[in-house]
Amino acid sequence: MDILELKHKSIHYRKTILRIIKQAKSGHTAGSLSCVDILNVLYNHVMDITPENFEEVNRDHYIQSKGHSVEALYAVLADRGFYPESALDMLNCFQSHFVGHPTRKVKGIEHNTGALGHGLSVSVGLALAAKKNGHSYRVFTLLGDGELAEGSSWEALMAARHYKLDNLVIMIDRNTLQITGRTEEVMGLEPLIDKFVAFGCAVQTCDGNDIEELIHVFNRLPYEKGRPNLIYAQTVKGKGISFIEDAFQWHHKVPNDDEFKAAIHELEIAEAAL
Amino acid sequence: MTELILGRANLEEFADTLLSLAQADCDVVVLTSDSRGSGKLVPFGKSLPEQIIEMGIAEQNLVGVAAGLSIAGKKVFAVSPACFLTARALEQIKNDVAYSDHPVKLIGISAGVSYGALGTTHHSLHDYAALRAINNIDIIAPADNFETQAAITASLTHPRPVYIRLGKKPMAHLHQPDATFEIGKAITIREGTDVTIVATGEPLHPALLAAQQLEAEGISCRVISMHTVRPLDTDTLLNAARNTRVLVTVEEHSIYGGLGEACAAILMQQGVFLPFRIVGFPDEYTATGSQLEIFDYYGISAGGLTATARSLLQPEFKSTTPG
Repeated sequence: MDILELKHKSIHYRKTILRIIKQAKSGHTAGSLSCVDILNVLYNHVMDITPENFEEVNRDHYIQSKGHSVEALYAVLADRGFYPESALDMLNCFQSHFVGHPTRKVKGIEHNTGALGHGLSVSVGLALAAKKNGHSYRVFTLLGDGELAEGSSWEALMAARHYKLDNLVIMIDRNTLQITGRTEEVMGLEPLIDKFVAFGCAVQTCDGNDIEELIHVFNRLPYEKGRPNLIYAQTVKGKGISFIEDAFQWHHKVPNDDEFKAAIHELEIAEAAL
Repeated sequence: MTELILGRANLEEFADTLLSLAQADCDVVVLTSDSRGSGKLVPFGKSLPEQIIEMGIAEQNLVGVAAGLSIAGKKVFAVSPACFLTARALEQIKNDVAYSDHPVKLIGISAGVSYGALGTTHHSLHDYAALRAINNIDIIAPADNFETQAAITASLTHPRPVYIRLGKKPMAHLHQPDATFEIGKAITIREGTDVTIVATGEPLHPALLAAQQLEAEGISCRVISMHTVRPLDTDTLLNAARNTRVLVTVEEHSIYGGLGEACAAILMQQGVFLPFRIVGFPDEYTATGSQLEIFDYYGISAGGLTATARSLLQPEFKSTTPG
């Protein structure tokens, strides 16, 4: 898929995210907008994972540790044909499979997440199994920056390096915001890259909202034999909508009618400029 | 009085059973949290080094990694002291194993007050209660070597997540040679008409001794091994309650949220009322010492259980709230 096509997809996903959150009157708006370019490149350019091969073990795997940004994942999986996009009209409805965090009831999702600090351990298990079974698949996992305050993430990092899991790709959605405010004000993470290096990761940084940079950083995988790969993706929370960008108040704020119209208008202008 | 023959620690039976299962199936893997020695898994590690994975002292990660291995088709036994496994890693058990429905086998070793002298940090008297309130995980507390071997073997093909808790002291053989084991199906070891003692885990031993003592006094005592705390075998429980005069439950667990309360809920909601007592650990700072000393202190003993049964049989018995 060429770069222009991917850029169009990012716009489409952003519209879907806003539409389903508005309709459901609930959702994690800003975090989904922050990570959606990563998921776009991951599902459309990087990973070997399709509705057809989903039941097989030896295909790439994706675990979304920052489960609350599920609307981004729902938008991408619909576009990839795991279910029709109209299914997302049921987001958060009574007994809908499309709940506010990923579950295995939705085709394309293989582990339930939502509580933070869990996804990396599960991904380590999947990557370890590949080593044990002699499988060639890779395991991709997306972590938020706020969730790195959970100690379990660091337990998992230790194990990833100990078992030399160079088939594991950890993606950090470093948007520097969490629900209460700046990560550095809530619980300081810096020097964060130094911490990942100290834990034995092979670290690459990129602009996590830039399609070309994301393609470049994914194309260079794996980075170093015997080390877990870590993509430190510098992102903007709420990316793509001027009044949502970098505003912690939009963590799970739902756009009203006017905000929704203004947001879609901004996306249409951006699309026309592609 | 029948002599009970001493076997070995259930932990040793577990480790040997697991080794033979793993020798026959290379997808069986064991995860430990610096607990290889405590889990009697050193021979396993020597024999099948590729099938044992050390996770270090990190129970949360241990359970999360177990879930990931399970997604990839591994048959995972996550082995860690019950006190840490079911408290430190409770959220991983709830979300990564039970909610995500990966059939991981969680093995809580040195459970209950096996580490009696080490204090409350090392006791697990909360695990049935915590896990009973979480959907989609079965709970088994094998009493003796037979139940341990059978439970571990059955867990391999069990389609649901399962928690099995094991003690560390040598256990007597409590079952007849023709006993059969099925997850969720209680075993009636002795028939009786006056008293029923429903036991789970290692307290089955004093329950059987108590039944022998009561019999010597002319009191007929039924003993049920309710090795599976969840799903509970309600048919066997109700049958016993309807055909004996009083019922005692005994467990190596808090009296809150465990076997006893599970039985009480079933009996009351089925309208089966009889003198009833839950024997276990009351809401207090738990006594320390050997497992046997602690059992004696809380009446989880032949003497304690016979006294409880006799008191329930008194015509003037009135139900009182224990603990």
